[in-house]
Amino acid sequence: MIETTKRHEHKNCRQLLGSLSEYVDGELDEELCSALEHHLEDCEDCRIVVDTLRKTVYLYHATAGTENIPSDIRQRLYKSLNIEDFLEK
Amino acid sequence: MNGNENKVETEGFSLAALQAGDPEEFARLVDAYSGKIYRLAIKMLTQQEDAEDVLQETFLKAYRGLKSFDGRSKLSTWLFRIATNEALMVIRRKHPEVVSIDEPIETEEGEQEPVQIVDWCCLPENELLSEETKERLDAAVQKLPERLRVVFLLRDINDLSTHETAEVLGLSDTAVKTRLSRARLRLREELSTYFSERTNELREEQLNKSIHTSQKESR
Repeated sequence: MIETTKRHEHKNCRQLLGSLSEYVDGELDEELCSALEHHLEDCEDCRIVVDTLRKTVYLYHATAGTENIPSDIRQRLYKSLNIEDFLEK
Repeated sequence: MNGNENKVETEGFSLAALQAGDPEEFARLVDAYSGKIYRLAIKMLTQQEDAEDVLQETFLKAYRGLKSFDGRSKLSTWLFRIATNEALMVIRRKHPEVVSIDEPIETEEGEQEPVQIVDWCCLPENELLSEETKERLDAAVQKLPERLRVVFLLRDINDLSTHETAEVLGLSDTAVKTRLSRARLRLREELSTYFSERTNELREEQLNKSIHTSQKESR
């Protein structure tokens, strides 16, 4: 087994780091994308970074809509704008 | 249909009614965007009172400014721009040492090199989406510098496109992509630290459980 270092120092990894975010969005241009995928075949560390980066974005997306305005804040907002008649209960 | 209004991206709202001060149409606008704007404000500022101020100020300014809204951007982009400026003003008032959002720092600091190489993807979903995890997710966002945080919140929490985010912040599309990339990599780093601890804890719990069971069985 190839030894994976805790802090990998391969030159290629550093160069590709800036493209990972676009890669997980599926927006990376074709040439860079295939270069990256080629690199990922041999680099376990980068694969983990890509997978956990993708999961990080997923977790934020999954929890994004869960924070709602507290109802007292919402009521005060409608009142301050003089539209409380349209506040749906 | 009014040809001029057709060009304006009003996202299902009647710009004519809004500009005429129709309260019902304005209430519809508030209803559609207050949630997103509150979310942006609370995650930018953490304090509920500050987020409430930003929310109110945004819609008051929008109400007053609608007459001169020229439709060069989407209505929602325009609202987010007002809200973002309000939130940044609060931050600057409270922390005058914070650098400006439009300062060209792109070249100065490179990507942070990943230190945490732990695969936590296979943790169970209830672990990944627990209340404690949600608190960690928020805390990690709070640690981001403002210029990265605001881009991350607009793109990944409020689901704006790269170009819309660029319009809100007056940045280039490339700058938005770079900042989003840096924000996400930093968040990944923070979450990896947390989840690798959780992975170890869970493994220990599992181990203790199996020792306990085998002791019982051998009795």
